[in-house]
Amino acid sequence: MSTEPILKARNLVKRYGKVVALNRCDFDLYPGEVLAVIGDNGAGKSTLIKALSGAIQPDAGEIWLEGKPIQLPSPIEARRHGIETVYQTLAMSPALSIADNMFMGREIRKPGWRGKLLKQLDRKEMERLARDKLNDLGLMTIQNINQAVETLSGGQRQGVAVARAAAFGSKVIILDEPTAALGVKESRKVLDLIQDVRSRGIPIILISHNMPHVFEVADRIHVHRLGSRLCVIDPKSHNMSDAVAYMTGAKEPDQHLETA
Amino acid sequence: MSASDYESASKGASSDVATFDDEEKGLFGRFHHALHATPALVPLIVLMVAIGIFAIVLGERFFSPGTLTLILQQVQIVGILALAQSLIILTAGIDLSVGAMAVFSSVIMGQFTFRYGLPPAVAVAAGLAIGTGIGAISGWLVSKVKLPPFIVTLGMWQIVLAANYLYSQNETIRSQDIRDEAALLQFMGIRFELGGAIITMGVVTMVVMVIVLAYMLRSTAWGRHVYAVGDDPEAAELAGVNRHRTIMSVYMLAGFICGIAGWIMIGRFGSVSPSASTGVVGNIQSITAVVIGGISLFGGRGSIWGAFFGALIVGVFELGLRMAGANAQWTYLLIGALIIGAVAVDQWIRKVTA
Repeated sequence: MSTEPILKARNLVKRYGKVVALNRCDFDLYPGEVLAVIGDNGAGKSTLIKALSGAIQPDAGEIWLEGKPIQLPSPIEARRHGIETVYQTLAMSPALSIADNMFMGREIRKPGWRGKLLKQLDRKEMERLARDKLNDLGLMTIQNINQAVETLSGGQRQGVAVARAAAFGSKVIILDEPTAALGVKESRKVLDLIQDVRSRGIPIILISHNMPHVFEVADRIHVHRLGSRLCVIDPKSHNMSDAVAYMTGAKEPDQHLETA
Repeated sequence: MSASDYESASKGASSDVATFDDEEKGLFGRFHHALHATPALVPLIVLMVAIGIFAIVLGERFFSPGTLTLILQQVQIVGILALAQSLIILTAGIDLSVGAMAVFSSVIMGQFTFRYGLPPAVAVAAGLAIGTGIGAISGWLVSKVKLPPFIVTLGMWQIVLAANYLYSQNETIRSQDIRDEAALLQFMGIRFELGGAIITMGVVTMVVMVIVLAYMLRSTAWGRHVYAVGDDPEAAELAGVNRHRTIMSVYMLAGFICGIAGWIMIGRFGSVSPSASTGVVGNIQSITAVVIGGISLFGGRGSIWGAFFGALIVGVFELGLRMAGANAQWTYLLIGALIIGAVAVDQWIRKVTA
């Protein structure tokens, strides 16, 4: 590919005691694409994603965003750079409302002295924006933007988390197992959301175990094995059994794939 | 794509918003929902019922402006401590040292004035600063060293109380001396009458603080972060909340509020005594008020109004039963039952699907 990767990592290393979770791992995400990251359990997918989202700091290696080297000491810093992550655990506060959760950590204050002096939150504006974002993504089944997140179904919660990422993720959105806990219809909705976000030009990193989902939405597939990138495959020229074979080590990829 | 063919089977399904018959819930369900949305409602109802019962049984002797405001005066110290305790408990912590911090702050205010001859205003500021500083140490131990709040504040309780005796050499500053030489220390004891009701500056301070804290918790980003950190600290952090700063601010603010409580103690008792009972019982009393007020000990749920009502409930029971001539043990017995009842109600409210 001739264009420059929007998010690039080289030689990432992360050790947990004697366990090597990332072993000189490389990573490339190109503008506007959906890149799936697949790998067996324990291959280090989560560690890679955490390093890219600022949740952990690699022991060695470098990360570039839009060609510029960046440090990601915390998730807050990653978000400041426009990298939004939907964690498997969703990272929501169950007792707080949908609007509260969507704006957690980047609340909007009232204009004028009430916002400046009294630091008063602009609830109306946050509720309006939250409702807009959910509507944008076709999540209208949520009736009340002020209902507590704990009263939502699993799919709705996932939808709110994706909407939150889509609303603020200006550069990269990372989705960690977004369909793992969902039913058929709800999974479909999340896949549609992914297409929708891609059509707005925001690249997505999708971590998933679900091969049909991966092959449906991904433009490229990063196969992770033993703590590093084994190869990158094109879902159009490979099938699911190839992917599973690479992932589990049953088959070694062709030499030319490794640099793809 | 053949793999997604199975999904087409759901095409015929209705895509309407799921609606549920609200009528089925009925009055009881709506009540349950109201409690879930407004957690301070339960203690408010209990408070009103308690006042009503004592008013009927004791008549005007109890239900008079003088008696009702006497209750406010009696709960002002515990009430303020309960506010500090509420903040900590909302972050899923607990503070066993609030009473000790209050006593130590009051001792600092007194000793700085009388031992070092500092102006009372400076001494008061120093007392508040010491309270805030102790809170900062506890907060740092909880947030950075990741010690359980129970352990940190259990230790801090002993340390602060001992420091308080060592520093003051167990010396009491007499009310007369304070009145003559440093009236500002007794500022919180200034009282004024309004048609039989007696209000002190301490009571006014307590009510103002409830209102201010309720506003901060509800209507500022900081308040939302306090709830989020108490609800699920990891989720809050991943969502972009600075957990460390939130916890530090909560413990420091709680320490500052305890300093205010220390100032109010001087107003209430007139003297400064390092052996004031607040240092020992104040901790538990504040937790009692918070629990009766419906704030969940697991963090993230409840309102500061609840803690205020909780403190008032205890005050109403204490004075009402004493006026009725009951043995003081009945008060403790009833408070004990209320604590267990309040937590049972909390569990029931939290069952969203009930």
